[in-house]
Amino acid sequence: MEVHSLSLSSTPPTVPSRPIVPSLPQSRVTRDQSQAAPSVDAKIQVRNLDFYYGERQALFHVVLTVRTHSVTSFIGPSGCGKSTLLRCLNRMNDLVEGARAVGRVELDGTDIYGLDIDVTDLRKRVGMVFQKSNPFPKSIYDNVAYGPRLHGTKDKRTLDELVEHSLQGAGLWDEVKDRLTQSALGLSGGQQQRLCIARALAVQPEVILMDEPCSALDPIATGKIEELIFKLKDTYTVVIVTHNMQQAARVSNQCGFFLMGELVEFGDTKTIFTTPRDKRTEDYITGRFG
Amino acid sequence: MQRHFDQDLAHLKRQLLSMGSLVESQIEQALKALVNRDSDRAVTVVEQDHDVNALDVEIDDLCIQLLALQQPTARDLRFITTGMKISSELERMGDLADNIAQRALELNGEPQLKPYIDIPRMAHWTMRMVKDCLDAFVNSDPVLARKVCTDDDFVDELNEQLFRELLSFMLEDTRTITRAIRLTFVAKALERIADHATNIGELVVYMVEGKNIRHVAPSANC
Repeated sequence: MEVHSLSLSSTPPTVPSRPIVPSLPQSRVTRDQSQAAPSVDAKIQVRNLDFYYGERQALFHVVLTVRTHSVTSFIGPSGCGKSTLLRCLNRMNDLVEGARAVGRVELDGTDIYGLDIDVTDLRKRVGMVFQKSNPFPKSIYDNVAYGPRLHGTKDKRTLDELVEHSLQGAGLWDEVKDRLTQSALGLSGGQQQRLCIARALAVQPEVILMDEPCSALDPIATGKIEELIFKLKDTYTVVIVTHNMQQAARVSNQCGFFLMGELVEFGDTKTIFTTPRDKRTEDYITGRFG
Repeated sequence: MQRHFDQDLAHLKRQLLSMGSLVESQIEQALKALVNRDSDRAVTVVEQDHDVNALDVEIDDLCIQLLALQQPTARDLRFITTGMKISSELERMGDLADNIAQRALELNGEPQLKPYIDIPRMAHWTMRMVKDCLDAFVNSDPVLARKVCTDDDFVDELNEQLFRELLSFMLEDTRTITRAIRLTFVAKALERIADHATNIGELVVYMVEGKNIRHVAPSANC
């Protein structure tokens, strides 16, 4: 098993070769998948991933496959590790001091925790949208053009096309095409979130990670984002973390239920929500949990 | 965790059981009306059908409300959707009991064609299947539910046997045709009630196990 240090501290961290916290028993699903052959349409494969925040283990032997051009959702109670796993998929957790991952996360078969991985390039390929929309205090145009400019695109015409294409992709173009030079901060919450999605699309990613993208939005704005997610999967691979189980049921093709750092069950969303195999999943999705 | 929703589900279950026992009694009374040549009882059965129909509508409304307001998942979802279907099956059983009562009213107005032996026997098995499928539903018992599916074959055989016997009556003496045909209708109604009980058995298996055993070969079913 490979060991990766993500600590940003100057002193080299001591990395145990084995997890220092006793692991929870693996679920049957997890074991089954660890033995399965790689799927041909796999975009991301997580293989026996353990994750630690300092001494505290946040993920235990997670094994799952994110299919290409599909929406995968992670559900579970607060602190179950679903956001931690999401942030492992583009190494956002590198920014957390003392965090470390043990195991593999493969993007198109390449371990993203490998030594030769350019993390900036990884995050260009695997974009992210956060719970709270976070537009830059710039114009709508500049928000979307920010990423491509950072990656070296200077030609105005190319940028114009990228901005239009990205805003259309995020379902925002018609609402903002006449005010591209105005501040992004003047947009509504739902529009700001779609702007953030457009900004993620502008660097032409392959995977989009969404961490509670609708939790701060009203039902209409939520509906628009959900419709957008449904369309995005034709071009991108989407992974979404949500507290809203019905949202996971509505938008995702595959769904994983996490509990105390363990992936309890992972499978087709329609199976998870009609005939889950594990009683803990059933108790959670029917609201009996707790 | 105690859920308010559980009270709604318990209410739905109670309503289904009330409907089930009403239908059970309808079938039993319809048969008694025929065998004992008791036309008053037959009239009561026909009147009871309104209560069964009203419960069907009420259960349907309740299920739709629960689906819309609670957005149930997993076993709750299976319970509610199964409940809707069970209600329809029971309503059809009630209609068939009503049919039997109406045939009894007609037959009671004429001399008895033959001693009723096979029809009560068939009714006994059918009513047992109805009781078993309701017990399987109450106790979430897939074993009993599967047994109901296999019992259906026996009722089908009895129906076939009765049909052949009544056919021989009709061939022998054409004056028996009207009464014999009415008796075949009664047998057919019992056979259909057993089919609906089988459907409920299959629905209970789905409700408990999440496994759909409808419309597959009998050997794979049970």
